[in-house]
Formats: sequence, structure tokens, C-alpha cells
Amino acid sequence: MEKNVVLTMRGISMTFPGVKALDNVDFTLRKGEIHALMGENGAGKSTLIKCLTGINAFESGEIHVDGISGPVVNHSTLDAQKKGISTVYQEVNLCPNLSVAENLFIGREPKTRIGTIDWKTMTKKSQKIMKDLSIDIDVTQNLENYSLAIQQMIAIARAVDMESKVLILDEPTSSLDDNEVEKLFVLMRRLRAQGVGIIFVTHFLEQVYAVCDRITVLRNGQLVGEYPIEELPRVKLVAAMMGKDFDDLAAIKTEDKTDYSKAPLYIEAKGLSHKGTIKPFDFEIHKGEVVGLTGLLGSGRTELARVLYGADKTQSGTMKVNGKEVKINAPIEAMNLGMGLLPDDRKAEGIIQDLSVRENIILALQAKRGVFKLLPMSKQIEIADKYIELLQIKTASRETLIKQLSGGNQQKVILGRWLATDPEFLILDEPTRGIDVGTKTEIQKLVLKLAKEGKSIIFISSEIEEMLRTCSRMAVLRDGQKVGEITEDLTQQHVMAEIAGGGSK
Amino acid sequence: MKKKSRNSNTVLLFITIALFVVMYAVGCIVYKDKGFTHLQTFLNILINNSGLLCVACGMTCVMLTGGIDISVGSLIALDCMLLAVGMEQVGIHPVLMCLIVLAIGILFGAVQGFFVGYLGIQPFIVTMAGMFFARGMTAVISTAQLSINKATFFVNMANIKLEVPFGIGAYTNRKGKLQVPYIRLHVVIALLVLLVIFLVLRYTKFGRNLYAVGGNEVSAAMMGLNVKKTKMQAYILASFLCSIGGICYCMNAMAASVTQATGFEMDAIASSVIGGTLLTGGVGNVIGSFFGVLITGTISTLVKTNGKLLSSWSSIAVAALLCFFIVLQSVFALMKKRAK
Amino acid sequence: MSKLKKLTGRTLFLPIFCMLLVMCANIIYDAACGNFALNFFTISIQNGVLYGRLIDILNRGSEIAILAVGMTLVVSASAGTDISVGSVMSLAASFCCMLLAGFGVSSTNELQMPLIVGLLAGVLMGCLCGTFNGFLVAYLDIQPMVATLILYSAARAIGLLLCNNLIVYIRNDSYAVLGKFIGPVPTPILVAAACVIIALIVLKKTALGLYIQSVGINKRASRIAGLNSRKIILMCYIVCGLCAGIAGLVNSSRITSADSNNIGLSYELDAILAVALGGNSLGGGKFNLIGSIIGAYTIQAITTTLLAVGVSTDVAPVYKAIIVIIIVAVQAPAVKDYFSRQSAKRAAAKARG
Repeated sequence: MEKNVVLTMRGISMTFPGVKALDNVDFTLRKGEIHALMGENGAGKSTLIKCLTGINAFESGEIHVDGISGPVVNHSTLDAQKKGISTVYQEVNLCPNLSVAENLFIGREPKTRIGTIDWKTMTKKSQKIMKDLSIDIDVTQNLENYSLAIQQMIAIARAVDMESKVLILDEPTSSLDDNEVEKLFVLMRRLRAQGVGIIFVTHFLEQVYAVCDRITVLRNGQLVGEYPIEELPRVKLVAAMMGKDFDDLAAIKTEDKTDYSKAPLYIEAKGLSHKGTIKPFDFEIHKGEVVGLTGLLGSGRTELARVLYGADKTQSGTMKVNGKEVKINAPIEAMNLGMGLLPDDRKAEGIIQDLSVRENIILALQAKRGVFKLLPMSKQIEIADKYIELLQIKTASRETLIKQLSGGNQQKVILGRWLATDPEFLILDEPTRGIDVGTKTEIQKLVLKLAKEGKSIIFISSEIEEMLRTCSRMAVLRDGQKVGEITEDLTQQHVMAEIAGGGSK
Repeated sequence: MKKKSRNSNTVLLFITIALFVVMYAVGCIVYKDKGFTHLQTFLNILINNSGLLCVACGMTCVMLTGGIDISVGSLIALDCMLLAVGMEQVGIHPVLMCLIVLAIGILFGAVQGFFVGYLGIQPFIVTMAGMFFARGMTAVISTAQLSINKATFFVNMANIKLEVPFGIGAYTNRKGKLQVPYIRLHVVIALLVLLVIFLVLRYTKFGRNLYAVGGNEVSAAMMGLNVKKTKMQAYILASFLCSIGGICYCMNAMAASVTQATGFEMDAIASSVIGGTLLTGGVGNVIGSFFGVLITGTISTLVKTNGKLLSSWSSIAVAALLCFFIVLQSVFALMKKRAK
Repeated sequence: MSKLKKLTGRTLFLPIFCMLLVMCANIIYDAACGNFALNFFTISIQNGVLYGRLIDILNRGSEIAILAVGMTLVVSASAGTDISVGSVMSLAASFCCMLLAGFGVSSTNELQMPLIVGLLAGVLMGCLCGTFNGFLVAYLDIQPMVATLILYSAARAIGLLLCNNLIVYIRNDSYAVLGKFIGPVPTPILVAAACVIIALIVLKKTALGLYIQSVGINKRASRIAGLNSRKIILMCYIVCGLCAGIAGLVNSSRITSADSNNIGLSYELDAILAVALGGNSLGGGKFNLIGSIIGAYTIQAITTTLLAVGVSTDVAPVYKAIIVIIIVAVQAPAVKDYFSRQSAKRAAAKARG
């Protein structure tokens, strides 16, 4: 093994049923560096990390860790920990009801001579650990009494105290504010100085450039490349993540779009917000218009849509639908105004797993009609068949349970559910994720067709190309804030520059 | 920040202690002429609830892991019946009989713990089955109303009066005789159980594991704890303590019947919850449960002392208190969520 | 093998299988005792009313069947059971009898108010209890069984208070209407049938079944699709309370009295067992009402058979508890995983060999 290298992964491959999650991926981590692992959703970041920490088993390839001869295969997080690889996740994996000291020492508590827990030693040791990391807190207090940032740092302290050579930080900053993030960075830099190799997974570009030394980019389960930070400016990073060569992008132009500013307004929102997820924003959409929400994952694109739909209640601002001021407290109220939301997390918020395709399709329409006006079975069958046919849903029958369908077909069922309600306004959050190319085009065509019928549509996607094809206007989000709109010069280059934000030139 | 966050749990315990003090004070004022102010009244609460104290300790341990055990009332009935039949009718020596009862407790807990811990079945369903099973087994042994009076060793042990030293709280009763306040042997057993469990929860790895599992099961597993085993151990401990409680209960009641200790699970759960143990797990300790037991005990003593009130008032009051504390916990939890 | 799998995979396999098992046990027992082997199925008319073990099961099982209707909905929507039903039965009966007899009266021949008022009040009391449970579960997010534990203990005690700790006897033939006979048929059977049929019609004619299952399977997705999960869960508990109220009145009418300590005793176990035997998962989600009803009568058949064999009512819960645990254990993911791994191993071994 090369000097200064603490971890190498060579030719890692693994498949989930039907999907190649990782395809021959290499990764190298050096001593005392902070290494960003970047990629859009489904790129394989988390799978790679799970292979490393033993949660997933990889099919081929080798992992080498400094100080251990021969290839390493971990079978559990504990296993990985014993070999010096610790992970700190986005959601803090500590016990909030125990004291800071206990959280640091659980599973390896110092004992007295008679085998009881030695609280004194534990407190003393914990104080020293915290002092070494310049975190000034009372270690006898319960963990839940401290802010998320501190909890995150305690999790890191625990990992480091177990003599980790490799520290994986999996989106540790997504619920922290700027101040807290800065504190975390100070800690990371200190650990870097101590020679720990840190893998940093994040969606925030700013943070990558603030603290990292090196970037590895993955896309669709494949390695795009490993770059020193100086050699990869923001725009190029975004391009690499999205799979486009930046210099070629200018060539792709979209066809001219109709001007919708004369069309009647459907939604006019001012200053809506949801604490912790999206800062106050203004938004309007005309009838027959397709507006794209773009930004990286976690930028607030999903959250903005959820606030409009009432899935998350807004805490400020006003909203007008068709010129009338409305207040939306629950999704059903939005639905009665003619809205629909295709959520991005299909499994958690889309499908009703144990119900049939038919029942899943008619659910929203039935909810709108109310409990007493049951759709007659013949009508249900008619509707189900109509959308199975229209969207070409591949299912054994309309009575097949939706959980038995493939992801793409499940998505189509949910799409059918909303089309069945004949909405005036449809929010499509990642409607084409995990769907084959042919179907993607179909869905894009469908979106344009719906728009032509006078429906307003919000389209959210990680693939800019597909948004360019469908949207006449795009709103750009970054770090939980709507930062601008692009109405003219809709090109990939322009959009990416906007997504990447400041310092992109 | 520290001040503010010395949080809802302490508040709950404070409410509990205050509630007990107020309740007892009200009792002292209202029932002064019925002897409520005597030290003996307080000690009687302990004597009458020694079994409950043991069971509540066990219940607290299970609830710390986020589970619950509603089989305790039936298990006590089974214990009493075993003791009565074993000692009185079969003639087994009381000490041996007590050991048998404890062994059955452990076995019972092991089975319940296995279903909850290793098979992942809802604790409520498992222990509800346990509840009906134990009650049914009691009937299998005997459906008669038995009283214990022949097993001399057991009777003697139960009749031991441990008087309060130095005559503290002594008073002369209406007949002009000096009454020295006393407790029974089973109160000592129960208090010992309380002390041991307090130390176990605070100073042993097992005790802390209970808290960790209840705090966040996933995290506990990630930090290397054996969650399944810990849960199973919790149920074994609960049923074991319940069996000790059964012996204490039997020493107080000196009788056995199928319908004995019905609704006892309610008192135990209420004591734990009133004492600040969270139903969601991870928070609580047996000191709180001790006060919980005192409160439920005071309620029934108040109802009894009144003499005119129906006994069902005490179970209604306990249920209402339980409801109040559960709602309080739920409100605190909602507030915490909102603060984040 | 695959045929067997198809058969066991049917929704109604478990309840019907258990029912057949109980019937077989009866036939074997009768044959062994030297009785007519089909004693179980014999129905005759004695004193102008239907008579026979089957009728007895249908009659005695009425309360469980009524409870099973409500319990099925509660289990489906909230993934928890309502353990207060037995106590609520008792409370409803006590309240009704208290109104009919007057407070503190232990025996009456004259009704103090119209029968219908008393009956409605009893049913209403059931609904009230259901509302209380439902509110705790749906709006305060308290675990269903902890929430219902409160009334499990309190309802019976309140019933005792209402009856002033007495057993209230209503010695008036009109009160026996729910518990005796209409023509040759025992009334409880008709009441149960009416409840079940109404429930089935409501589920068939409204979208309630879809709503409840949807909420039980995926609360978040249901919300996005426009359902109000809290309201739906609350409603399930109210229906469960309503059913408990009706069952309590039927039970009380049988003995024309309100015996707070004994009405509905351990019925919660029977109701939960009925749901589990009906092939419904106690983890919530999809439900099958018919299955639960068959399950309910199967439970009663078990109880009756046990009685016939000479097992006392006090001991019967032992067997039921074991059955519950077995059913739930078989449904447990850990056990399912184990078996699927075993069969995968066997398949692998076959492929190799």
C-alpha cells in the first residue's frame, strides 16, 4: 500500500435486484485529508459507504485498510469500527436520554474493582476528550439537552476516541445552521491535523469548497473521477455530477417556448415558508405553464413544493389560487382546489403497499369525493383500466398488489392516481426517477400534453436536460432558499451556473 | 440553556412528590380524628403495598426498554395459589416453595422475553396472553378460596413485627395502651428490592443498557449492545421481581384465590408512570416508582379511611391519575418536538 | 406443494381451517364417548325453540362476533388493539340498568323509563368510551393499548359506582328481549347478524374500508392522497365502543341484570383472538371482516368444546392464550424470515444435489 494512504477500495461492484448500484468503483483516502464524496441521488454514494461499513455486502472488489494485511471485509458496523472505520450519520446515532459521558463510553464503560460502572473515571475521561476537541460542555448532562451540532460532535468524538483511522461523515450538516456548521468544520480540521482520514458526504457545495481537500464524484454507480479541489471549480463539479461535459453543454438549445406571462395566473404565493426546511419565497404559476424547480438535492426544491401543497404547513405569507386568497391546512384542502402532488419518496409517501393497483389509482379521487360517495366498482375498474392503458403500466392485473410492481410502474400508478382526479395543478417531484429511458420520454410528453390542456405543472428533476425539454421557466433553489428564476436563455450551462451559485466563473 | 433543559423529566418527578405530599397532607387534615396522622398509617401503606413496590420496580425496568408487562396481576395470583396449595395442602417447606415460585417467575419471564425480544412481537400482546395464561393456570391448580394458616414457618415470618426503634411515633390508643409503630418483614424485603434495583439501574452495565435500548434502539444496536438479549433480560427481571412481589403480597394477604390481585397490573403501571417513567422508554427510575406506589397506596387508604366511599373509587382515581400523567407525557413530548 | 401453498395463501384459509379443526375435535370426542358422532351438528326444536350445540355456539358467540366487528377496524387502522372492550361492555350494561331501575335500586319489576331510552343510553355510553380511547390514540399519539388500558380498569369501576356496588336485576320481561328468543331463534344471533350485516353493507357501500386500510398501511402516503388519518382512527374507536356497548346490552339482557364485575370478563381476549384467527395481522393494514366473524364463532366453538370436555370457564383462557401466541408468533417477521431462509436453503440444496 502506498505511503500515507489509509484506505483503498478497488473495483467495488454490487447489484440490487435489477439495478447495478456500484460498477467497478475505486476510492482512495489518504492520511490527514478531508475527502468529499459527491453525486446526485442514486449515484451510489451511500451504497459505497454501506459496503465499506459492512451494512451491504459487495460482490467483487477489494478493500484495504492501513495496518491490516490482506483484504478487509466487514460484516457489520461494529466489525468496521473494530478495524478503525467509524461512521457518523445524519441522524445522530446516540441515545438522547443518556448523559454525554455515557454516550461516549457505552459498551466500554470503565469499571470499578467490584465490576460496577465507575462514574468518576468516566466523567473525568469524557471531560478530557471534550477538552481535547475544545468542546466546552458539561458531560454529566443528558445528550438531548444539547443542540444537534453538539450532538453531532459528540458522535464524532466517540468515533475518534475509538481510535479511528477513517471517519465517515454521512451528511452530518443537513440539519445544522451556518454557525453550527462552522463549529463542526473547526473540529474536522483539527482531526485532519491529527492525521485522521475523513470521508465527507454532503449536498452542500459551499461546504465542500470550505473544508475539503479532494473530491471523488460518482454517477449512476460509476466513478466519474477523483480531483484535487483546486482543479475542479464548482460548475465543473455540478457538470460532473450531472454527467455533462460543461464545454459541450452550450450546444444543446431548447426549442422556443410560448410566453405564458399573458395567461391567467393560477397560483400567486407571497412569502410562504416552513421553519427549518425552506426560507420565505414568492412563487407564481400561470395556467398551462410548466415550471421547473431546480437545485441540488436538499436545496429546498421538494420542500417548496410541499409547502404549496399543504403537506407541510406554511408559517408565513399568503397564497392566492385563481385570484382568491386561500389557506391550506391539509393536503385534502389543496386537492379540493384542484392540486395534486406526486411525492419524491415513493415508498414512504406514494404507494399504499398492500393495496391493489386499482385501489391505489382511485384513492385520491375517492378521497376527494368523500367517504359516502363510493365509486361504483364498474367505474373503478374503468378508471383503473384507463390509466393502466394510458400509462402502459406493466402489471399482471389491476388487482395485483402495488408492492409487487417494479419501481417505475409504481410511479406510473401514482401518476395515474393524480390524473384520475383531473387536477388543474400538478406537482411532479422526481417523476422519472428509476424509470427506463423510453418511459421517461413518455412522461415528458405527457407533461407537455397536460400543459396544453391548460393545466399548470411544477416539474422537479435531478436531470436538467429533461427539465429543459419540458419547462418554460425555472426557479433555482440553493441551501433552502429560492435564489432566482431563469426565464430566458434556458440552457444547461446557464442553469448549472445558477445551481452552483457564487464563485462559479 | 442548562437550567431550562433540566427538563420535563425532573418536572414530572417533582409533580409526583408534590402530589404525594399534598394528598397525604389533605388526608391528615380531613381524617385527623381517624388516626391518619399517626406514623403507623404511613407504615401501613408500606405494609399493604410491599408487593406492589416489588412489582413496580420490575415494571419500571421493562418500561425503560419501551415495553410493558400486563401479566403481573395474574402472575401474583398464580404465585399465591402455588404457595397456598404447596405449603398447606402438599406440605412442602415454605422456603423450598418460595424458591419454586421464584423459579417459575424466571421461567415465565424468559418465555415472555423471548417472544418480545427475539421474535419482535408487541409486548402488549405477549404479556396479555401471559396474563390470561397465568390466571388460567391459577384456576387449574385450584378454584377454591384458600387461606394460609398451617404452614407455621411462613405464618411466623409473616407475623414478625419490626417495631420502630426509640419509640418514635408511638402513641396511646383509645384503650390507653401504648402503640409502637411497626413494619412487617415483607416491607423490608420490598425496600431491599428497591435499593438493589436502584443500584443495578445506576451502577451496572445491564442497568444502563436498559436505558440505552429504551432511548434509541437503533443507536443502541449500532453502539454494539445486544438489544434482543437486553429486552429478554428485562422481562425475566420483571417476572422475577413480580414473583418476589407475589411472596410479599401473600405474606400480607395470607390467602389465595383465582380472582386475587385483579387489576394489579394497572396499579403497577400507574405507579411507574406516575413516578416519571416514560411509556416510550428510556426515562425513569425506581425512586419515582416508589413515590408512585405511595400515591396509589395513599389513594386506597384515603378511600378506605373514608369508609363511605365504594372501593371502586380508588381504581377510578388511579386510572384518572394514570390518564393525567400519560396525557402530560404526551404533551411534553409534543412540546419537545415542536421546540426542535 | 404449490397447490398447498395456494390453499394456505387464501385469505379465509386460517379461520375456516381452525373452524374445521374444532368440528373434527368435536366429532372425535363424541365418537370416543360413544355418543352419536355428529352430535355437534344436530339441531332440534325443544319447547318451541331451536336447540343444539351449533345453535348454542351461534348464540353464545354473538357478543364476540359483535366485538370482532369493531376490533377488526381498530386493529386495521391503528395497528393496536382495544383492550377496554370487556370493561366497556360492563359499563354500558350497568349504565342502562341503572337508568331503567333507578340509582341504588338492586331489583325492580317496573322500568323507571322507557326501555328504548335505557338501551340507547347504554349504546351511547359505549360510543363515549370509544371516543375517549380514540382521542387519546389519534390526537395525542398514545400507544393504543396503553390508552385503552385506562378504561380497561376504570370502566368496570365506574360501572360499579353507577350500580352502587350492587348487582342490578331488571325483573321485567321486556328487558329480556335482547337475550332470549324471537320465535324459535335466539335473539342474540339476530342482533349479531344485524350488526355484521350493517357493517358489511357500510363497508360495501362507502369508501370506509378503503380509507381504513389505507391509513393502516401507510399513514403518510394516505395523508398526501387526501385522507385525514386522525379522524379515521378516531372513528374506528368510536365504532369499537359502539360495538362493545351493544355486546354489553345483549350480555346483560341474557341474565336480565347488570353484574358489573362479571359482564364482559376476558372478552377482550376473545375479541382480539377472533381478529387474529380471522387471518388479520395484528400489525394493522388489510383486514377481512368475514374472517374475523368466522374467527369469533370459532373461539366460541373452542370455548363450548372445552366446556363439553370438562374444562371450566376459568381455565379456558389458558388454551386461548396459547393459541393467540402461536398465531402471532407465526406471523412475526423474525419467524417468517427464518422459514423462508430454511426453504431457500432446501431449494439450494436441491439445486446442488
